[in-house]
Amino acid sequence: MTTMTEAEQLGERGGQHGDILVEVKNLQMYFPVTAGIIFQRAVAQIKAVDDVSFFVRKGETLGLVGESGCGKTTTGRCILQLYKPTGGQVMFDGQEITGMSTRQMRVMRRQMQVIFQDPYSSLNPRMTAGNIIGEPLIVHGLVNSKEEYRERVAELLQNVGLNPYMADRFPHEFSGGQRQRIGVARALSVDPSFIVCDEPVSALDVSIQAQIVNLLEDLQEQFDLTYLFIAHDLSVVRHISNRVAVMYLGHIVEIADRNEIYQNPMHPYTRALLSAVPIPDPVIDAQRERILLSGEVPSPLNPPSGCVFHPRCPIAIDSCTSVTPELREVDSGHWAACIQSPGYGAY
Amino acid sequence: MATLLEVKDLRTHFFTFEGVVKAVDGVSYEVEEGETLGLVGESGCGKSVSALSLMRLIPDPPGKIVSGELLFEGEDILKIDMDDMRRIRGAKMSMVFQEPMTSLNPVLTLERQLSETLQLHRGMSREESRNEAVDLLARVGIPDAERRVKQYPHQFSGGMRQRVMIAMALSCNPRLIIADEPTTALDVTIQAQILELMKSLTNEFGVSLIIITHNLGVVARYADRMNIMYAGKIIERGTAREVYSNPRHPYTVGLLKSVPRLDLPRRAKLDPIEGQPPDLINLPQGCSFRDRCRWAVDKCATDAPVLELVNDGHWSACWRSEDLGASALDFLPDLDEIGAATNGSAAVEESEEEN
Repeated sequence: MTTMTEAEQLGERGGQHGDILVEVKNLQMYFPVTAGIIFQRAVAQIKAVDDVSFFVRKGETLGLVGESGCGKTTTGRCILQLYKPTGGQVMFDGQEITGMSTRQMRVMRRQMQVIFQDPYSSLNPRMTAGNIIGEPLIVHGLVNSKEEYRERVAELLQNVGLNPYMADRFPHEFSGGQRQRIGVARALSVDPSFIVCDEPVSALDVSIQAQIVNLLEDLQEQFDLTYLFIAHDLSVVRHISNRVAVMYLGHIVEIADRNEIYQNPMHPYTRALLSAVPIPDPVIDAQRERILLSGEVPSPLNPPSGCVFHPRCPIAIDSCTSVTPELREVDSGHWAACIQSPGYGAY
Repeated sequence: MATLLEVKDLRTHFFTFEGVVKAVDGVSYEVEEGETLGLVGESGCGKSVSALSLMRLIPDPPGKIVSGELLFEGEDILKIDMDDMRRIRGAKMSMVFQEPMTSLNPVLTLERQLSETLQLHRGMSREESRNEAVDLLARVGIPDAERRVKQYPHQFSGGMRQRVMIAMALSCNPRLIIADEPTTALDVTIQAQILELMKSLTNEFGVSLIIITHNLGVVARYADRMNIMYAGKIIERGTAREVYSNPRHPYTVGLLKSVPRLDLPRRAKLDPIEGQPPDLINLPQGCSFRDRCRWAVDKCATDAPVLELVNDGHWSACWRSEDLGASALDFLPDLDEIGAATNGSAAVEESEEEN
């Protein structure tokens, strides 16, 4: 990457969307399905992520929702280069990070961190909480003395609402919510600007979920963080995100501002997803529209032709089986990939 | 409606090296015939253990039903011997487990697994049970049942496996089905399918259903009455309508306030319940929720509250349930505002048609 292209891109970004921190262009991630005992040969491809493009602005939270297997976690991992994407580009702060060497990437990772879903399996059971949080400080050479190390770990623990004396405890001595706080502190330790939150509250109890969501919001404000918030719980995503992207079978089917997507969903899948969420109030819930989707998510090994959603779509027409809809801006800042959505235009 | 099951002062304790875990500590409730009862609580509150106790499936040791009565169709099933219990379990009372991935036997075809209960409890021949298995699969909405019945669990998706579990639970025309977190492992659109299926089948056959879940939305949509559990005890009970609109226990209020809701305007901040659930080995004296409670008074530290009637058919175990009036849920706006906030006018039109 030369300074020339960087400057070009900076110019372009400034002109088009303002402050974009992460940009994903036509991202593809295909996993090979192999056969054979010694000589493994690819017999098929699982298209986990297929031609996905979006951007995340500085300081905002982009929610990424979808059902299991839709490719939302894979997308997050591709951004962090934990997987090497099959095709497409990931730009971070104007630099292309796809194709960076491992060494270059290690430096980049100070900027981009991840919080994992399962607070039970994502922490090393043999390390103390302090060492889990402090390890990145040593790896990235961010502290010069033991004294500084200890102070920083104590500070991080306080940032996430834990007591500094807990640094010597092991993960099994913490509850689920507290473990997730350790995971958050570990991500914060290198002072990143971007954090991929991969289902950070899904494994937690309702009363604890709200604690972690509030913590993430407070930290965002305090440290000027940008989040990609991956989740399947639509109500949590609406609460925390500025904009929301909905994924289905490796494709983004709709992106819009938080209020827009919940009040005026354009894609039939988004509508079905929203209507499937039961509201904790029997009176109001009984009044809501319900779209019960038939069938299940098809296999990404052999996705349907045309629009991948057409076999389950309640409003599918003949063209849906042949035309692959692209993500188009159907309204200001509202993107949808459905040929029948108003404002989509000719197909 | 007649009472099908009456649970009286059930106590299930686990005797571990660290001490006695009082997983279920004095729980009493009734299940009416044909009703859907929700049992709500967070992990470790004892909701699953109370369900396993009904089936007498508590691993012993370390677990033990210490005391209580389980009157099922008038008979105390804690007193009968295991042979008689086996005749009830699976026949009159059956269970749908949380994990459709692990609760089916991976090395047997569905035909084998479905016909086993049929042969055992309904005395069917092989031929009969095979045909019945196909019928059952078709009834729970599995296409091509004739061919699918010869397949193994790994050839089914999660939602399909849960359908198989439901078919199995229904196979002997039970009086009561206990569904322990039946949809927790499933996606929202599949969750909706499975719950609609369970609701319609239980209505069709007049089966009573106990849904155990931590999802407040699921209970709101599908349960007639609900019990809310905390630290091994039921702390609030009532019809779903009543409990959601007029909660009288601080824990229920806290739960309802801590979840973000799609139908309401977004709140600036969520309102969590601070702190952690208590350790079931060293339960504090008095009310076990008091450390996390905003309404706690001195009395809560010394005397444990018991369920008391606060309204018609509505019970709460809180010393201050009277003080928790309408203001407890003050974040809820007027109904007019809710109408404006829900997803557009199309939704309203559609729902009118449904009604």
